[in-house]
Amino acid sequence: MSIQAHNITKTFGKFTALDNVSLHVPSGRLVSLLGPSGSGKTTLLRILAGLEFADPSSNSQILFHDQDVTATSAGKRGVGFVFQHYALFKHMTIEANIAFGLRSLARAGRPDDATINRRVNELLGLVQLDGLQKRYPSELSGGQRQRIALARALAVQPKVLLLDEPFGALDAKVRKDLRRWLRTFQEEIKITTVFVTHDQEEALELADEVVVMNNARVEQVGSPQQVYDDPASPFVIEFLGNVNRFSAITAGAVDSGSAADVIYVRPHDVDIQPASSKEHQYAIEARVQHVFSAGNYGRVALERILNREPFEAEISRARLRELDLKPGDLVSVVFRHVRLFPKGVYTESDVEGEQLVATATAAQ
Amino acid sequence: MASIVSRIRHSPPPKTQSAITESPWCRRLLIGIAVAFLIMFLFFPLIAVFYESLKQGIALYLSTFTDPDAIAAIQLTLIVAAIVVPLNTIFGIAVAWAITKFSFRGKSLLATVLDLPFAVSPVIAGLIFILVFSTTHGWFAPVLNETGIKVIFALPGIALATLFITLPFVARELIPIMQAQGKDEEYAALTLGAGGFRTFWRVTLPNVKWGLFYGIILCNARAMGEFGAVAVVSGNIKGLTSTMPLYIETLYMEYKTVPAFALASILTALALVTLIGKNFIEWRAARDSAS
Repeated sequence: MSIQAHNITKTFGKFTALDNVSLHVPSGRLVSLLGPSGSGKTTLLRILAGLEFADPSSNSQILFHDQDVTATSAGKRGVGFVFQHYALFKHMTIEANIAFGLRSLARAGRPDDATINRRVNELLGLVQLDGLQKRYPSELSGGQRQRIALARALAVQPKVLLLDEPFGALDAKVRKDLRRWLRTFQEEIKITTVFVTHDQEEALELADEVVVMNNARVEQVGSPQQVYDDPASPFVIEFLGNVNRFSAITAGAVDSGSAADVIYVRPHDVDIQPASSKEHQYAIEARVQHVFSAGNYGRVALERILNREPFEAEISRARLRELDLKPGDLVSVVFRHVRLFPKGVYTESDVEGEQLVATATAAQ
Repeated sequence: MASIVSRIRHSPPPKTQSAITESPWCRRLLIGIAVAFLIMFLFFPLIAVFYESLKQGIALYLSTFTDPDAIAAIQLTLIVAAIVVPLNTIFGIAVAWAITKFSFRGKSLLATVLDLPFAVSPVIAGLIFILVFSTTHGWFAPVLNETGIKVIFALPGIALATLFITLPFVARELIPIMQAQGKDEEYAALTLGAGGFRTFWRVTLPNVKWGLFYGIILCNARAMGEFGAVAVVSGNIKGLTSTMPLYIETLYMEYKTVPAFALASILTALALVTLIGKNFIEWRAARDSAS
């Protein structure tokens, strides 16, 4: 079941939550809506679910598998919705929670009690929480509650699964476990899934496709690798992962012909060499501020000699040991990849990129 | 390790338990004042009611309840409560629902106006209804005279005044609870295909049931005990439009102390039952949210 949304605009009073947004989710895919709070991602999800409705306009439309559901109510769209804070019915047992959707069906289509019971047991097995039928939501941990919420949403056999920050209320360890579990779970049952998150790590790890949103608009759509390696805008590169910013002036005035204002370098694209080494003619001089050696790789906080601009490098721990850096050391730094907006990606071998680094160096 | 533990255990206990504690006799003085006030203004009157009503024997006490006027007063009070409490329960749920689940123009005005019965003197509340429904100079005088419906000095007037006075009780209990609960559970029910009625009956109502019971109990206590507004609209006709509080006053004015206190003891017992009920509900609600 594919989802298509065309030209969705939503305003709350004077605030624009969504500004002419379109979205396409292919059948069976796991798509993440990623963005900072206030970017409109949750509003978009709620509009897909029918919990909110887009501002009326002639060309706004929501299609589920080519069927127009723009004006269909939430209960008739066949969506499963999972809330950040679970929204389980507190006064009902787990069993009654999961069966709620089935018991809400019109009498003609409602299964008998035995069938409902069997279905509840199947779903509990599916989310690996057998035996909790008679418990109440308050007796369960956060991770268990969210899985029950998922089972409840799946009970009515929805065509589409929508999750609003499903791991947002859980602690770090549970969050990680549960998202791996969701990934395999979704691959197994192959239900078209859209989930909202502000956590870029979560989006990149979980989704087939990431929709990066900012300020009521879609900034970029692509696979996790595409949006990380080939960000479409300064917002995307700054939002996904760490990045160093150098203003164009400090980088040595990519002169009048260039439109770029800012140069971006990922910390893992920064290479540190001893100051004495003259092997690279375009190296930049910097001073070591701090060395963080705990973790999978070493992080080095640096300050550029030219204009005291701070930046960061990530290097392997082996390399860090080899260099034996201490605060105050002078080093020479080379950028492996440089990104300019709106001009594109530059590598060392690009002529322009070399010029950039060269002019930057010359300006020192 | 063990030595540290034993050292801690053997260290002298701290002299003060809390940073905000006062000197012992300052504490005793404050507690003493509080207890003295409670005895003088709460326990004494309470005991006095039962003492005065029973001091000339149980027979005289019980004879009060064979007086036809007293029976009429008790009946009227029960009828008024039976009309007012269900109406205000429905109204309270509707208003609390509207205020917490929808956003609309004038919402904060509605929430403010809801408190009007608390702010206005009951006597004025009664006068408002006389102004509107009086058969001589009220706004609806022509209609009332034509149809022969009596509002003032009759049951409808008493019910209206009581309705006005007890309007906020249920809504005021429900609004904070519904606000704290948010709308997610209702939205969840909606996406699961439940209709509005099922969502209300199965999801919203069970979540607010203790608050609702509490609101109903308070509403009932006030409906039975209201004096000022009812005194103005009822005309206090013995045996016809005299509710229990009004009849107690009449008896007292006629120096019939024992029957006055005997009826008062029933209203007092109602108050005590209300308090016990309230505590029971709070206990159940706390237990429900803890489990």
